[in-house]
Amino acid sequence: MIELSEVSKTFGQQPAVERLSLTVARGEFLVLLGASGSGKSTTLRLCNRLLEPDSGSIHFAGTDLRSFEPHVLRRRMGYAIQSVGLFPHWTVAQNIATVPQLLRWSKARIAARVEELLSLLHLDPATFKDRYPHALSGGQQQRVGVARALAAEPEVLLMDEPFGALDPVTRQALQEEIARIHRVAGTTILMVTHDVDEALRLADRLVLMQQGRVLQQGSPAALLAPPLDTKVAQMLGGRELGLRRLALQTVASRARPELASPGPSIAADANLREALDLMLQQACDHLNVHDAAGQPIGRLYLADLAEAGA
Amino acid sequence: MSGPLRQLLRDPLVWSSMLLLALVLGMPGLRGVFATLFPELPRPLYEQDSFLSLTLAHLGLVLLAGSIASSLGLLGGIAGTRRWGREFRPLLETLAGVGQTLPPVAVLAVAVPLVGFGALPALIALALYGLLPVLHATLAGLDSVPAAERDAASGLGMTPAQILWRLELPMAAPVILAGVRTSLVINIGTAAVAATVGAHNLGSPIIIGINGYNTAYVLQGALVLGLLAITCDLALGRLARRWAHPP
Repeated sequence: MIELSEVSKTFGQQPAVERLSLTVARGEFLVLLGASGSGKSTTLRLCNRLLEPDSGSIHFAGTDLRSFEPHVLRRRMGYAIQSVGLFPHWTVAQNIATVPQLLRWSKARIAARVEELLSLLHLDPATFKDRYPHALSGGQQQRVGVARALAAEPEVLLMDEPFGALDPVTRQALQEEIARIHRVAGTTILMVTHDVDEALRLADRLVLMQQGRVLQQGSPAALLAPPLDTKVAQMLGGRELGLRRLALQTVASRARPELASPGPSIAADANLREALDLMLQQACDHLNVHDAAGQPIGRLYLADLAEAGA
Repeated sequence: MSGPLRQLLRDPLVWSSMLLLALVLGMPGLRGVFATLFPELPRPLYEQDSFLSLTLAHLGLVLLAGSIASSLGLLGGIAGTRRWGREFRPLLETLAGVGQTLPPVAVLAVAVPLVGFGALPALIALALYGLLPVLHATLAGLDSVPAAERDAASGLGMTPAQILWRLELPMAAPVILAGVRTSLVINIGTAAVAATVGAHNLGSPIIIGINGYNTAYVLQGALVLGLLAITCDLALGRLARRWAHPP
């Protein structure tokens, strides 16, 4: 879908991105993770020509980026940023309709799409359609920002720390939204973040960036699997390496097919970190596991968690 | 008294425009008042022209000069904030600053030998004088559009022209309008000076009055002129407020 090869970009004397090669596959949720100054935002902005590379080439859908008119290219890519940037003189509906309007969709089609997106992001259309951005909370504004980015059914969604300014509860709710949208619509997503847990939770593939280069890439589970490179461990683990490994595995993967016993129970699709937390809260060393329908399917033991976190 | 009527009567704009209208149309009716106030004057009422025609000529001159100043100021402000025009920005501001610093009287003095007497030199002086407030307001208004909104607009695929029309100008409109308001209101006062070079407007009774030691003339011109300035200021302020708060 997007292919960067040997791309470099320098601001003044400071190289932001150095000989970076990266491929974003169709339908993939790719997360660029790195500290500030690692070049991740620069990489994102190179993909929709908000920045031009000094050297190297970028291809989108098989075509060199330079052969697109920038605005035509950008209308095929969604764009959501941390500061949201809703247009204050437009209503929520008008904001969401930005790109469809630029693409001259019919009024009826735009109206239908706006309603659809508001519902998709759990904002009641009747309540929010005609509000102005200043009358929304931060979380609602970012929901509208994401809806606006998705409005014209873009082939790729580019997101630059979209949830960085939100409180933890709202952030997690929106992470779940975007994961669901990715699952349901299959949109290719390229997201930039410095939040390790967010990256591990959302990414199909994770690219660790440091000083304008790719340090390591792979699925979250593969990156966290031992043996771990020191730098990778530093970036991804911190003091929670074991817990983060647990968070990537489902209860179902470690459940033993045993009969249920009296005691607390957890859903099979919960992650092991949640299971550990429940065991700690309940002061027990095993949990019953039930499926989505509530039927018991086995048991999960604390000893198995110890193994899963190593 | 009913609510809407009371609200209407509390509105200073209503009062000032009614007073202005009464004064412009009813000045001859005040002959007795001025005769009592200035018993030594043989002609206590300015009668060379009707105050209606003076006011209309005055407004016409100010509006024409104002539209020239506003168009130039707006274009200059837009040019000075574009990527290609950023280098010209200091030059623009200096030029407009010079326009504001030169006293209109001096511009009139220079313009008359070039274009002759009448309304034309006045138009040039007023347009120059009114340019700076609009230019400054346009620059300030366009500068005030936050980077996040610009980034979003361009990242979503708006062309630079679309960003200007759909985002920057609407967002800057209240500030620009405030600049236009300042420009127009100061020029309502300044336009009176144009009467010295033969333009017929509300400055005429004042200039003629000063030359002929006729304080009544000066008072009549100044009253109408002051009310006109106040009324226009209030009306434009009202317009700007409505603009700033979308319904």
